[in-house]
Amino acid sequence: MALSSDKKPAQVETTGHVWDGDLREYNNPLPRWWLWAFYASIVFAVVYWIMYPAWPVFKTFTPGVSTLTIEQDGKMVEVPWNSRNLFIQEMQTSPSAVRQREFVDKVSNASFDQILADPSMMAFARSMGSGLFGGNCAACHGQGGQGNLPSYPSLADNDWLWGSSFTTISHDIEKGLKGNMPGFPTIQGAALTDLANHVLSLSGIAVDAASATRGKAGFAVCAACHGAEAKGNPMLGAPNLTDMGWSNIDVVGAPTVDAKRAMIEGVISKGIQRQMPAFTNRLTPVEIKMLTVYVHELSGGK
Amino acid sequence: MKHESVEINAGLLIVLTLAVISIGGLVEIVPLFHIKDTVEEVKGVRPYTPLELRGRDLYVSEGCYACHSQMVRPFRDENLRYGHYSLAAESKYDHPFQWGSKRTGPDIARLGEKYSDQWHTQHLVKPQALVPESIMPPYPWLLKNELMYSDIENRMKALKMTGVPYSLTAEEYQANVTNFGQPMADKLHIPNAKATLEAEAKGRNWDGDKERITQMDAMVAYLQMLGTLVDFKKYEQGYFASFR
Repeated sequence: MALSSDKKPAQVETTGHVWDGDLREYNNPLPRWWLWAFYASIVFAVVYWIMYPAWPVFKTFTPGVSTLTIEQDGKMVEVPWNSRNLFIQEMQTSPSAVRQREFVDKVSNASFDQILADPSMMAFARSMGSGLFGGNCAACHGQGGQGNLPSYPSLADNDWLWGSSFTTISHDIEKGLKGNMPGFPTIQGAALTDLANHVLSLSGIAVDAASATRGKAGFAVCAACHGAEAKGNPMLGAPNLTDMGWSNIDVVGAPTVDAKRAMIEGVISKGIQRQMPAFTNRLTPVEIKMLTVYVHELSGGK
Repeated sequence: MKHESVEINAGLLIVLTLAVISIGGLVEIVPLFHIKDTVEEVKGVRPYTPLELRGRDLYVSEGCYACHSQMVRPFRDENLRYGHYSLAAESKYDHPFQWGSKRTGPDIARLGEKYSDQWHTQHLVKPQALVPESIMPPYPWLLKNELMYSDIENRMKALKMTGVPYSLTAEEYQANVTNFGQPMADKLHIPNAKATLEAEAKGRNWDGDKERITQMDAMVAYLQMLGTLVDFKKYEQGYFASFR
C-alpha cells in the first residue's frame, strides 16, 4: 500500500499517538461509502425499533407501531405485527394459500365419486396426496407405496388386507390399524410341515400333495379368521391366502418350495404383530380424503 | 481517565473490553427472565418421565441435535409439512433445549406417535432398510446396550435445581397431583424413579423385547412423546399470537 511506504512518512497523517518515543500509527480513515452505509444501518435500526417488536421494558416489551390485518371470527381485525400474526395472515391470504384453498374447499365438499369424475379435483388430490404420502406414509410403506416386508404391506398392488373401499381406507388412515395374527408355537414337526404345504397349495403352488391333504385338517384353526375357503376376512385384516398376494413374506421371490414353506412355517409359529398409527390428530379430514384418493389410485384405482 | 492509560495497561483493557461486550449479551438475555409473555400458558406440558428423560439424555449424547432440529417455525410450508409451530412452553422443561440450528435430517419436533415403535427401532438400527435414500448413520448399539439408570434420581435432582417440578417431598408431590394428575405425579416423584422407569420400559413393547431394558427403550419412549403434549385443537390461532 502506498500509505504504508516508509519513504515519505511526513506526508501521511498519523493518529497523533506516540508509543516508545517513536512508534506512530497512520490514520487511514474508512472509505466514505462504508461510513455512510454504517450511518444508514443505524438509522434503519431506529426505524425498525419503532415499527416492530424490539426493546424489552421490565415485564413487557415495545410491540412496535406496525400492524397486520387478519380475519378473526369472520371479521377483519388489525393486530400488532409479530411473526405469529404474520403466519396467520400468510395462511389466510398468501397467493398460494388462496389458490390452494379454492381446491381444498371443492374437494372437501365433494364425495369420492365426484372427485373421481372431476379431472381438476383428481389432479389436485393426486398432487396433495403425493406430498402427504411422502411426509406421513412413505417412511414405512416406501416412496412409491411398494411396502417393506415383513412389517409394512405394499399399497401398490391390488391386494387389500382391510378392504379397498374409500370409506374403509379413509377410516383406517384416521384411526390406525393393529394387525395381529397369533403365533401357534404348539404346531410343530410334521403337523407344521403339512399345514404349511396345505397353505401353499391353496395358491396353486406345487407341493407334496399327500402332505398338503394331511394339513387340511389343521387348517380349521386358521379358518376362524381366514375363512373356510381361505379367502380372508377384511374385517379382521386376515388376508386371502389363495391369491398369491403375500403382505409380509416374499413367497413369490423365494427360490425353492422348501424356502417358501419355511417362510409359511415361520409365520404360523411366530404370528404377525403390526401396527399403523392413527393420523386423525395429525391430518385434517380433507387431507385424509385426498390421501385416500391417492392411496386408492396407487393400487390401480380398483 | 486518559485513553492512553487504557491502551498501555493490558489488564485494564481486558476488563473494560469484557464489560463492554457483555452489555450486548445482558441486554438480549436478562429481560427474557422477566418478560411474562414469553412462555405461553397451555395445558398438557409436563416434565419428562424417567424413561423419557434417559432417552433425551441419549438423544443429546448421540448428537442427534447436530442433524435434527426440534423447532417448527411459524411458516406456511413448515406448518403443512410438520404440523403446528413449536411453542416456547413446549420446551420449558428442557435443559438445555433441543431446538437445534441445522436440518440435515428433518425437523422432529412433532415426531411423537407418527410412526410405530417397531418402525423407530428398525429405523435406528438401520435407517436405509426403511428409507433407502436416507443418509442417517445407523445406531445399532442402542438395541444392544443395556440402559444405565442407576443414577436416574440424581439426574432428576439436577433438573429439579433448574426449576423442573420433579417432586421429593409430599407437598411437591401433591402440587404435581394438582397440576399433572396422579398417574403422572407418581412418575415424576424422584424416590419412585427407578421403579417407574422399569415399569415404563416393561409396560410397552418399545424395542420388541419387553424384558430387557435397553437404550432403545428409552430413545423410542422419548421420540414417541415429542410434540404430543399440547392439544392444538383446543386453541385458536390468535391465542398464541397474543403472547408475542
